[in-house]
Amino acid sequence: MKVRAQIGMVLNLDKCIGCHTCSITCKNVWTSREGVEYAWFNNVETKPGIGFPKEWENQQKWNGGWVRNKSGKLELKIGGKRRILANIFANPDLPEIDDYYEPFDFDYQHLHNVGDTKHQPVARPRSLISGQRMEKIEWGPNWEEILGTEFAKRKIDQNFNEVVQKDIYGQFEKTFMMYLPRLCEHCLNPACVAACPSGAIYKREEDGIVLIDQDKCRGWRMCVSACPYKKIYYNWKTGKSEKCTFCFPRIEAGQPTVCSETCVGRIRYLGVLLYDADKIEVAANTPNEKDLYQAQLDIFLDPNDPVVIAAARAEGISDNWIKAAQRSPVYMMAMEWKVALPLHPEYRTLPMVWYVPPLSPIQSAVQAGHVGMNGEIPDLKSLRIPLRYLANMLTAGDEAPVVRALERMIAMRAFKRAQQVDGVEDADVLKQVGLTPVQVEEMYRYMALANYEDRFVIPTSHRAYAENAYDLKSSCGFSFGNGCGDGNNGVNLFGTKAKGVRQVIPVEIKD
Amino acid sequence: MAHLNLFAFGIYPYIAIAIMLIGSWIRYDREQYSWKTSSSQLLESKQLRKGSIAFHIGVLGIFLGHFFGLLMPKEIWYLFGITTQMKQMIAIGAGGLFGLICFYGLTVLIKRRLFNPRIRATSNPMDIAILFLLYAQLILGLLSIFVSMGHLDGAEMLKLMAWAQNTVTFNSLAAAEAISGVHWIFKLHVFLGMTLFVVFPFSRLVHMLSVPVQYISRQHQIVRQRFVR
Repeated sequence: MKVRAQIGMVLNLDKCIGCHTCSITCKNVWTSREGVEYAWFNNVETKPGIGFPKEWENQQKWNGGWVRNKSGKLELKIGGKRRILANIFANPDLPEIDDYYEPFDFDYQHLHNVGDTKHQPVARPRSLISGQRMEKIEWGPNWEEILGTEFAKRKIDQNFNEVVQKDIYGQFEKTFMMYLPRLCEHCLNPACVAACPSGAIYKREEDGIVLIDQDKCRGWRMCVSACPYKKIYYNWKTGKSEKCTFCFPRIEAGQPTVCSETCVGRIRYLGVLLYDADKIEVAANTPNEKDLYQAQLDIFLDPNDPVVIAAARAEGISDNWIKAAQRSPVYMMAMEWKVALPLHPEYRTLPMVWYVPPLSPIQSAVQAGHVGMNGEIPDLKSLRIPLRYLANMLTAGDEAPVVRALERMIAMRAFKRAQQVDGVEDADVLKQVGLTPVQVEEMYRYMALANYEDRFVIPTSHRAYAENAYDLKSSCGFSFGNGCGDGNNGVNLFGTKAKGVRQVIPVEIKD
Repeated sequence: MAHLNLFAFGIYPYIAIAIMLIGSWIRYDREQYSWKTSSSQLLESKQLRKGSIAFHIGVLGIFLGHFFGLLMPKEIWYLFGITTQMKQMIAIGAGGLFGLICFYGLTVLIKRRLFNPRIRATSNPMDIAILFLLYAQLILGLLSIFVSMGHLDGAEMLKLMAWAQNTVTFNSLAAAEAISGVHWIFKLHVFLGMTLFVVFPFSRLVHMLSVPVQYISRQHQIVRQRFVR
C-alpha cells in the first residue's frame, strides 16, 4: 500500500443555479491575459448541450482519455507513444480555436466618440486574434446558456446515448435542463501527463494537483488532445499550454480555490482523500466500463483505519493532513453516503472532481398524484431528467448508483420535512435507502446548511518545513516562467509572439 | 577576394556555430519560458497539416543527407562500394526528392503565414523572416542541382565535402581553399546555411534541440515531490 493524499472536490449539482460566478472569478484571476481569452479553466455548461469546446464529450471525434487495447493494456486513445511522436509535426486531434470560439471584444469606444447621429450607435465586435471586424459572432463561451440553440443541435450531446425516445425532450412540455460546472479533474491517472512528450506536466505528490511546468512545456499540444475533458488550453500567444491550477497558492495556505470560495450557491466542497497509489493502474484498466466507478471507490482509503494512518505516516503525510482527511466532506459524500459520483469514469482517468446528481421536478407532481410511489419515496423514473442521461454522465451508464444517490437525497428531504413540519421521526423512509438518522442529520448539515468550515477542510502544506527556505530567498513565487520576468519585455532577444491587434476599428458614419 | 573568401568560408562558420551554441545555451538557461515550437495550429489547422508535415519530412531528409553526405569521409563511401559518381547521383536524386517535398510544404506554410489573417496578426517578424530564410536556402539548394547536373563526376561535391570536413577538423585555411573554386550558387548556399546557424538561437528553430526522444522510454505518469526527503 502506497498512501498518497489528494485534495478532491465535490460539486452539488442539485444546488447549482448557473450564475457563473465561479467562471468569472476564475477568469479574472487566471485567464484575463492575451492568448487565453478563449480559455475557461472553469466554465458552467447548460445540459443537455454539446458544451465547451464543441462536443467535448464525443471521444469518437476528439480521441481523449484512455482505452483498453486489444491485448488488455491501457493506452491513450490518441495512440501509443510512437504514434504520438509520429504526429508531432501536426496533431490530428487538436481542436481549432473555432471549436472553442473566436475571442472578441466590442468597440465600446465608438459609443463615446460617435457624436450626433440619426440612429442609435452600437458597439460592434472585433476579433481579439486578428483584430478584424466580426460581422457575426457564431459561437461564444456558454452559447447554450439556458437551452440556447435548437434542440436539433443540442441533442447530439453524448449523454443522450441510449436514452429512450430522446426526441421527446425537445418538446416544450418535456424539456429538462441542468447545469454542469466544469474544471480540471486533477485525475489520478491523468491522460495529459501521459501524453506530454516533454514531460512538462506532472502531478504533485503532496496534494495531487496536476500542473504544467511552463518552462519545460515546448508546445507539442498532445495534452490538449489527450485530456478527455478538454481542460488544457493552448495559449496561442505564449506557445505553451495552460490549465486549471486548482489555485495551488491558495490551497497551500489552507484557502479554498477561487471558484469554491466565491460560489454563491455553496455547492462546492474541498477535502482530502487518501488513496492507494499502487492500485491506480489496475483500477483504470477495469475491463467493464460500468465497474470503473466502484474500482475508483476501492482505491480510496478509510482515514480512520489505524493501518491506513500508520501507512500514511510512514509515507510522510503529516498529521494535520490525516486529521483533515478524517473530516473531509469529499470523503463523506463520495464514500460514506455515496451521493457524489465521478464525471465520465469511462474515460479511465480516475477524475477527482465529483458531482452530486441534481434532483429534478417531481415532488409537486407526486403530491398531485401523477407519479407512482416506490415505497416511501417517489419513483425516480418519473424524474424530469432521465436517469439514463445522468448515468451516462456520471457512472458510465450504470443507473444503480445514480438511483441510490438521488433516493438518498429525496429521503433526506422527506425525513427532514417529517421532522420539522409534522414533528415525527420518519425512520421508514431512511430504512429504504440504507441510511441512519445520524447519517441523515450529517448529510443535512453538510448538504443543506453547507457551512463554510464544513465545506472546506484544507490542511496547510507547511511549506516552511517542506522546503529549504534559504533557496527560496528573494525568488518571486508564482510567475509565468523566466524567474521574475514574463519573457515578454520589449527588448528581449528571444522574443515571443507579436502583440495582438487591439485598437478600435474606426466606423464610417453614413446617413 | 581571397580575404573575403577566407572570412566567409574559413572564419564565419566558426562565428556562426559559436553564436548558435552560446546563444542556445543562454536562452535555455535564462529564458526557457521562450523555448518552444511556437505552434499556431490552434488558430489554423488544415493548411498547417498539409504544410508542416511535408516541410518537416523534407527538411529532415535534407538534413540527414547533408550530414552524412558532407561529413562522412569519401573513403567510407568507397568502403560501401559507392563511387563518387554514384554518390553524386544519390545526392541529386534524394536531395531533389526531399527538396521538392520540402518546397511544397514551405510554400504552403509561407502562404498560410502571410495570408491567413489570424496567423499574420499573431506572427512576430522573426517567424516570417525564418520562413523566408529557409525558403531562399531551399531554392538555392534546388537550383544547385542544375549546376551539379553539369558535373556528374562529382568533382564539385568533393570540394564541398573537403570544405565541410576541413571545417569540422579546424583546418580553416584548407577549408576556404577547397571551396574557393566552386560555383557561386554553392557558395551562396553555404553562406546562407551558416547564417541559419546565426539566427538559430533567436528563432523558433531551437525547438529542434528539444526533440522528445526520452518520451519513448519514459513512464506514463510523472509525480513530482516538492522536497526529497
